Amino acid sequence: MTEPILKIRGLKAGVVDRSILNGIDLTIFPGETHALMGPNGSGKSTLAAVLAGREGYEVTDGEVWYAGKNLLELDPEDRAKEGLFLAFQYPVEIPGVNSTYFLKAAYNELRKYRGEPELDAADFLNFVKARVKLLELDESLLRRPVNEGFSGGEKKRNEIFQMAVLEPKLAILDETDSGLDIDALKIVANGVCKLRNAHNAQLVITHYQRLLNYIVPDRVHVLSEGRIVQSGDKELAMELEERGYDWLTKEAATA
Amino acid sequence: MAHSDEMDQVVSSLLDRAVVDGVESKRLQAMRETARAHFVERGIPPIEEEDWRFTNLGALRELSLHPAGHPQAGSISPNVLQRLPLSTIPGNRLVFLNGYFIRRLSSIVEEDGVQALSLAEALSKHSALCERYLGHAVQSHETPFAALNTALFKDGAFLHISAGKTVREPLHLVFLSTEEDTEQTHYPRNLIVVEGGAHVTLTESYHGAGASSGLTCSATELIVGEGARVEHVKVQDENESRFHLGAVAVQMARESQVRVHSLALGAKLSRTTIYAGLVGQGVECLLNGLYIPRNSQLADHFTIVDNAAPHGISHEYFNGILAGQSRGVFHGRIIVRPGAQKTDAKQTNKNLLLSDTATIDTKPQLEIYADDVKCTHGTTVGQLNPESLFYMRARGLPLEMARHLLIVAFAEEILNRIRNEDIRGALSEVISKRLGSDAEVRYD
Ligand SMILES: Nc1ncnc2c1ncn2[C@@H]1O[C@H](COP(=O)(O)OP(=O)(O)OP(=O)(O)O)[C@@H](O)[C@H]1O
Ligand SMILES: [Mg+2]
Repeated sequence: MTEPILKIRGLKAGVVDRSILNGIDLTIFPGETHALMGPNGSGKSTLAAVLAGREGYEVTDGEVWYAGKNLLELDPEDRAKEGLFLAFQYPVEIPGVNSTYFLKAAYNELRKYRGEPELDAADFLNFVKARVKLLELDESLLRRPVNEGFSGGEKKRNEIFQMAVLEPKLAILDETDSGLDIDALKIVANGVCKLRNAHNAQLVITHYQRLLNYIVPDRVHVLSEGRIVQSGDKELAMELEERGYDWLTKEAATA
Repeated sequence: MAHSDEMDQVVSSLLDRAVVDGVESKRLQAMRETARAHFVERGIPPIEEEDWRFTNLGALRELSLHPAGHPQAGSISPNVLQRLPLSTIPGNRLVFLNGYFIRRLSSIVEEDGVQALSLAEALSKHSALCERYLGHAVQSHETPFAALNTALFKDGAFLHISAGKTVREPLHLVFLSTEEDTEQTHYPRNLIVVEGGAHVTLTESYHGAGASSGLTCSATELIVGEGARVEHVKVQDENESRFHLGAVAVQMARESQVRVHSLALGAKLSRTTIYAGLVGQGVECLLNGLYIPRNSQLADHFTIVDNAAPHGISHEYFNGILAGQSRGVFHGRIIVRPGAQKTDAKQTNKNLLLSDTATIDTKPQLEIYADDVKCTHGTTVGQLNPESLFYMRARGLPLEMARHLLIVAFAEEILNRIRNEDIRGALSEVISKRLGSDAEVRYD
């Protein structure tokens, strides 16, 4: 049997005075796409943050195995170099740091890590051309500082463009669909689908079933109060769209 | 601060061991007398004085300072110049050693409309111009050290740009100190006269070799004629044992545009006083500065924007990046005199603290005596943004690189305002390298 890309067991985590994730189990195999849904504040972004290695969250129990490695022992940059990618719910503006320069640095760190020669500026621009097209990205964005003054939709599209350049093994997309107009949603979703293959996997966090029409998930999970209270196939997302979360969260509470 | 009748010992020894030789004009002699009296009266300012509250000159008193003599020929080799951070900048270069002009190390290509020579020589050769302008922009009474410079200077640069002349390449004034002599004082004095409609870019840079202690007490006067445009870049890169107390004083005639950039990179303790006299109507003035002290360095900027005529625009931007136990001081005074209506004065001071032990004292000071004016000021003090750092690391950039990119970006905000590309490029490289070692230190 193939080894999972991600294996989370009994993960509990929180901030200093508060527990947010209360025992999460989740296994994702290569070639799979999982959707993570759930009410506001249920812990979806926290799970993404803990996986990406954001400071300020304390893991109190459980373990996370990523491609056979103990993920929680790695620095954020090493997780990235191992092929973990987080598309941020709120991408950060970084004034004064040029987008192309930044992405080239990131890409070259990845190549160095794999023992491949670094690309110079010209070769890098050539390399990204196809990705720019794939996401129909406005090229002038690349000449601006990272995310600075980008519109909400431009920021989200830029996240997926970065993903297209870095070609991660596991991509976690945190509400990438929110803020995208209808056409942009199709383009971005289409981009994500083109990047899928038998060796990588996606964890797609969303509130809307619509995205899942384009990026069809193998599994759908519902997070509530830091626990996965229901898992199912893509039909579950449709049911949620109709019925909301009430029936699940109540079930969980009375269980 | 009242002084006892007895003259302060440090003050008297600073003045007494210096002998100004040669024959000087009556006016210059009188100017020196007045300046000397000012300095005696003010003395070395103690921290009880409001303008020196954050900058303690106690350690300066510990030195037994004596004025540098004319340096020995051959006491510095020409390839020292090639190793200077700004050596790649093209254009004419006047080189000074311990405050004295050294022809052998300088390169001056004759050009119509441009006079570039030592002030010592100019005092006789261009006596009329010197008579007319020397002491015009420097307000000796404002700062005791400008007075000290006036009392004791012997040499420096004299530049004269004729009316309407556009000087293509920048002029570079390089001030070096030799390694051998410690506890020396240097008093370079620069007089720069840019006539109406002329355009010129200048750099004034101070570099200290080795680790010799001492004091550089410099004063630069920039007289800018009607409609002239000047970009002036001062780089203070003294060694970490020296004191640097320097003034740049600008006098701006009608519709002139002046951009003064001040970079404080070195010295144990430095104060750069920038005085901008907006004398004529409708002038535009930019004061743009960066200080990057580390270890136990102190970098102080004291700016005075003196609006004396209507429709003056002045923008001040000062960024500080402070590491180690360093200290930064920014003091921004804006004066709007009666009648200086429609003045538009803006002042921004931003600071990045890279350690818990670095400190910044910043003090805006607005003195407004006209009613139809726009004056704003703002200060920020902060650390590197953890959100930005995480974002970059989540893309695979090592923490050190992420820190470095953010720190350099903060410096570039200032450097990007330097219009001359060669100067901007050279400084950007030097500063990025300096800041590199700060980024490597983990403080968290
Ligand atoms: N650093 C933090 N400090 C304090 N509380 C936090 C922190 N991070 C998250 N929380 C809290 O934990 C809970 C889960 O937050 P999280 O952002 O993971 O929710 P989410 O499921 O992503 O919600 P949404 O759908 O609104 O994006 C929230 O109540 C939030 O306020
Ligand atoms: Mg969220």
